[in-house]
Amino acid sequence: MSRHRVKNVGYDDDDFEDDDGYDSPDPEEQEFLQQCTAAVLGQLRAGQPSVTATTEEVQEALWHYYNDIDKAVNYLRGKKEKEIKKQQAPAVQKPKAQAGKLLDSVSSLVDVSWLGSGYENTLRVPPHGDDLRRRSSLPQEPGFPAPLPSAAHFSAADFFRDCPWLNVPVHRKADILVEPLYPRLGLLGGAPESGGKMSKLAALAAARKKKEGEKAAAAAAPVAPEGPSTPQAERLEALSPKPSGTPLSLSERLAASKLSKSSDTNGGLRRLGKPGASASSPARQQPKPEASKPPPPPLPEQTQKEEPEIKPEPEPPIPTIRASPSTFASVILGNAAGPTMAEPSHLDSNNVDLLQIYGQDHAEPFDFAAPSPDDVVLNAQNTAKGFKSKPAAKAAGGQKGQTDLAGGMKDLSVEEKVTVKSKNLDVLAEYNKSTRKKSANFVVIGHVDAGKSTLMGRLLADQGAIDQRTLDKYRKEAEKIGKGSFALAWVMDQGSEERARGVTIDIATNKFETDTTAFTIVDAPGHRDFVPNMIAGASQADFAVLVIDSSVGKFESGLKGQTKEHALLVRSMGVQKIIVAVNKMDTVQWDTGRFQEIEQQISAFLTTAGFQPKNISFVPCSGVLGDNITRRSEDPKASWYTGRTLLEELETSEPYTHALDKPLRMTIGDVFRGGVQNPISISGRLDAGSLQMGDQILTMPSGESALIRSLEVDGEPSDWAVAGQNVVLNLANIDPIHLRSGDVVCRASAPIKTVTSFTAKVLAFEHLMPMQVDVHRGRLHVPGRISKLVASLDKTSGLALKKRPKIVAPGTVARVVVEIDQAVPLEAPTRIVLRAGGTTVAAGLLE
Amino acid sequence: MRLIKNKIEHNGSGTVTLCPEEPEDMWHAYNLIRPGDLLRASAIRRVTTVQDTGSTSSARVHLTLLIKVKSLDFDPQSSQLHVSGQIMNETAHTKIGQFHTLDLELNRNFTLEKEVGADGEGVGWDSVAVEQLKDAVDEGGNRRAEAVAVVMQEGLAHICFIGQFQTILKQKVEMSVPRKRQGGGDHDKGMGKFFRVTLETLLRQMDFNTSLTSGANNEAVRPVLLASPGFVAAGFHKFIQSEASTTTPGLKRLLPSIMVVHSASGYLNSLSEVLQSPAVKTLLADTKYARETKLMDDFLDQLRKETNKATYGPREVESAVDQGAVGRGGGVLIMSNRLFRSQDVAERKRWVSLVDRVRDVEGGEVRVLSSDHESGKRLEGLGGIAALLTFPVVEEDLDSEDDAADTH
Repeated sequence: MSRHRVKNVGYDDDDFEDDDGYDSPDPEEQEFLQQCTAAVLGQLRAGQPSVTATTEEVQEALWHYYNDIDKAVNYLRGKKEKEIKKQQAPAVQKPKAQAGKLLDSVSSLVDVSWLGSGYENTLRVPPHGDDLRRRSSLPQEPGFPAPLPSAAHFSAADFFRDCPWLNVPVHRKADILVEPLYPRLGLLGGAPESGGKMSKLAALAAARKKKEGEKAAAAAAPVAPEGPSTPQAERLEALSPKPSGTPLSLSERLAASKLSKSSDTNGGLRRLGKPGASASSPARQQPKPEASKPPPPPLPEQTQKEEPEIKPEPEPPIPTIRASPSTFASVILGNAAGPTMAEPSHLDSNNVDLLQIYGQDHAEPFDFAAPSPDDVVLNAQNTAKGFKSKPAAKAAGGQKGQTDLAGGMKDLSVEEKVTVKSKNLDVLAEYNKSTRKKSANFVVIGHVDAGKSTLMGRLLADQGAIDQRTLDKYRKEAEKIGKGSFALAWVMDQGSEERARGVTIDIATNKFETDTTAFTIVDAPGHRDFVPNMIAGASQADFAVLVIDSSVGKFESGLKGQTKEHALLVRSMGVQKIIVAVNKMDTVQWDTGRFQEIEQQISAFLTTAGFQPKNISFVPCSGVLGDNITRRSEDPKASWYTGRTLLEELETSEPYTHALDKPLRMTIGDVFRGGVQNPISISGRLDAGSLQMGDQILTMPSGESALIRSLEVDGEPSDWAVAGQNVVLNLANIDPIHLRSGDVVCRASAPIKTVTSFTAKVLAFEHLMPMQVDVHRGRLHVPGRISKLVASLDKTSGLALKKRPKIVAPGTVARVVVEIDQAVPLEAPTRIVLRAGGTTVAAGLLE
Repeated sequence: MRLIKNKIEHNGSGTVTLCPEEPEDMWHAYNLIRPGDLLRASAIRRVTTVQDTGSTSSARVHLTLLIKVKSLDFDPQSSQLHVSGQIMNETAHTKIGQFHTLDLELNRNFTLEKEVGADGEGVGWDSVAVEQLKDAVDEGGNRRAEAVAVVMQEGLAHICFIGQFQTILKQKVEMSVPRKRQGGGDHDKGMGKFFRVTLETLLRQMDFNTSLTSGANNEAVRPVLLASPGFVAAGFHKFIQSEASTTTPGLKRLLPSIMVVHSASGYLNSLSEVLQSPAVKTLLADTKYARETKLMDDFLDQLRKETNKATYGPREVESAVDQGAVGRGGGVLIMSNRLFRSQDVAERKRWVSLVDRVRDVEGGEVRVLSSDHESGKRLEGLGGIAALLTFPVVEEDLDSEDDAADTH
């Protein structure tokens, strides 16, 4: 009971800490910290030597070690052990110098605590017990942390061994007996090490056992409880308590294990059954922490606690205990192994005693997977001898070490598994609940040097998404390398090569918000070599902004170049709405004629490309000056334009719906190191479905699973994400080698298939024949070949015009079979782009 | 390959003794040797003898074995050819009919005998085989040095050797390079690491000795083509230069032979673009590879024009030949040598007779492309056979084409 109180105090402390902790800003971290704390405490308690620490200490240690549980445990253990050693010194002195005094105090302690009164006293017990335990275990296992059976068997009762003459009241004697004087076992010399020769004590014990057995046989019914305690007490007084306790405990244990088979009625008997059964029971771990707390155990609690555990426990270990008795055991139990003897032997004594004995027994020696009596005796002997003979202790330590090592190896794994608790949110419900602004992703496309990046830099700067200081810095640096006009583009072009060369190489995403909408800009490269990157960007977009260089000559060259290719690509990737920003109007003095000419040509082209006229809009603007971007042009020459500015045009976009309830699909856009906390992060846009923190995901084609440790939506930490959002997933439990950009994230329940061949209905931009092509889908870029032209199709009806054409002319729709060398995750319906020799040859839908 | 002895009879049977000198000669041998041929070569065979007492002892004996070829196994990566078959000559250690696998070795003669069987068992030295033999035996010594090409893109590099007859992908370097991100410098770091690994791999594959002292042995450095879209190849070139000027001066020997060219992607199928770039053309002019690449481009151009003056596929080409469209004045039959490698004698006979007919009867030109080259691979996509025609041939009606569906 007293121990329980002590424990309770501890828990209270815990709770208190918890309350404190919840005040801190991040509940996630707090939760994690709590988990870690619990883990550390558990390890501290479970490990050897077991130590206790307050939550506060643990958390502080965790903080210092960045939540590294192992390190924290090591640190705490080291610290505690030092403390314990310090305390040890006086404790060692005490029993010798002031044996009598101490005895009194301790006995009173035991007593008092036993009665469950007085916290102070009970609280004072632990250090003593700990000290003694430490004293017994530490010297014998130099540098070896493996547990020794003796470790928990010292208790207050140990103090009595030097003063058997003391007049202890009878009821206290019982209490004294409570403590299993385990180490004394060794003196009986039953172990093989002492050879076949029987020690005097062993002989004595055997004789007594025999006598007991006879007595028991005579009295078939259980004897009165007080009776047998007398011989025990007598023993205690006559001999040193060393031998008496152990043979009793061993024989009783053996007998009791047998008994527990027959009767489970008595609580004490049930407890007796424990030592045998506990060897294989999962509850085996539990007693350990108890063992580390030496005050007399609170029996009611303990028995209650154990009861449910015992019932399901299997009996098999019991026979093994009896299987190979040592010479000692066979002597002791030669005629006493029968239940007749065992029954009285433990019923004689105080129930409480037995409980205590066995409570401690099962705490330590049955730590082994399959203890045989030999082991029990040997270990007990070794620990007893440990005071004098180191080699024996070493042997025991070694043995322990092996079992510990084996257990430790199981825990060892190359990867440290991380577990994140899923909040099990109903993501779709959460999504419907959330009142987010409408969001839109758009891709900025156009020929190289049309001013895409600059235009977007201007937009971001005017919207206040970029502060003036950064902008000034860019301007200064850009001027330093003689590229002053590129300063705004540097907002998007962050790469050193991009800046040095003044050309966008890879897509850049940025976001800004207006009053109504949260926009995500995907700035695509215009250079023809980087069309694959542009395809990746376009696959993330809801609509497109086509930037056109209106200056003389540039527009014309752009139309032949990537203006056309990009427009076709975004259309074939499903983009419906396109805003044409006629850029650099300042270079043509805001010439209305020029604008109309461009408008005419481009709208004609876009309509043939498949855009509906109502989804096409034109804005004359100047990215460098910022005219008609967010504000109207103040240039009088531009006063003819009264339409919307680019920003207003962007805001007209309607919200886009995404396949939220479809299985999860996300194409990995980038694999990177997110930081110290997140060694592996991936980014991309959710194509379909939803996910949340703690989800288990599958990456294809590697087929590896990973855990979402945390995630960010649009750069903000979030618990969940749905299709259409740009996310960063911080993963755990996966090797980055399995992640490549272009891979697809899905769920194990609905995995995406990987294919090496597929049929697609494509619109040919160039001549198609059986040829080698690159297959693009978002970031996915793999080499393959058109192996078969199945048919050319009618554009509107989709009927086959000609089977097996030799060649497919540009502008026609055809069904083709594409083979890929490696398996790639592709499933219908998905939009793919086929390129060859640096040009887009076809785009279409996978069938 | 050196021709040691040539005893080809008029009827096509006969023996040839050859001595392979370069790794690529193994590829020639692979094309020359057909199942059913007789091959005599030196072999090392482990012979196990059983004593009367039952104890066994085994010894390795050097033998010259004559085998009837059953199958060939060619490893293009290491240019090793293993020919397995049944032993035809009796030696002290082997019995007739036992199986043996011969490993052809460089600088060891082997003798190849082809027979013309009465019952169509063997086809002997047909015109294609003789042509292949001529290709293999390069007497003029006008073979051009092969080139090393590194086709790369961000995080991906293919290192391949371009030989006269084959392109061998030696190694693929794949590395995940983080993309540019807001405020992240990982991209540059990743690219630096990628360049380093690629350079190390390239040097290892080239057996390039970077130590300065080895400069004495003045061995010629093969041309190295760095190809990529964008600036990756240029960046790699710069990286090699900086390495040469700082840590490994031995690289300076390599620098003059490096050439940076453009390619559409980092995959091998953009190699054709690399070899068509003007800079490379002057370097590799008139190599077989360049000729083949040009031929394929001509063919595809013709096909694009939709003049019906180009056709592909086994059926179509055969019918065009039947109509006499592959004849004098521009008719070219383009075939992949894979077709002649067929195990089926009848199949081979079919193609050989087609070749003979075009060359001898129709007066057209026949080009056999190596299937291990980029151009050959493009041809493979078309069914391994194509033809440039002298006059437009109307395509066959649709019904017959359905049957042709499974010809390739």
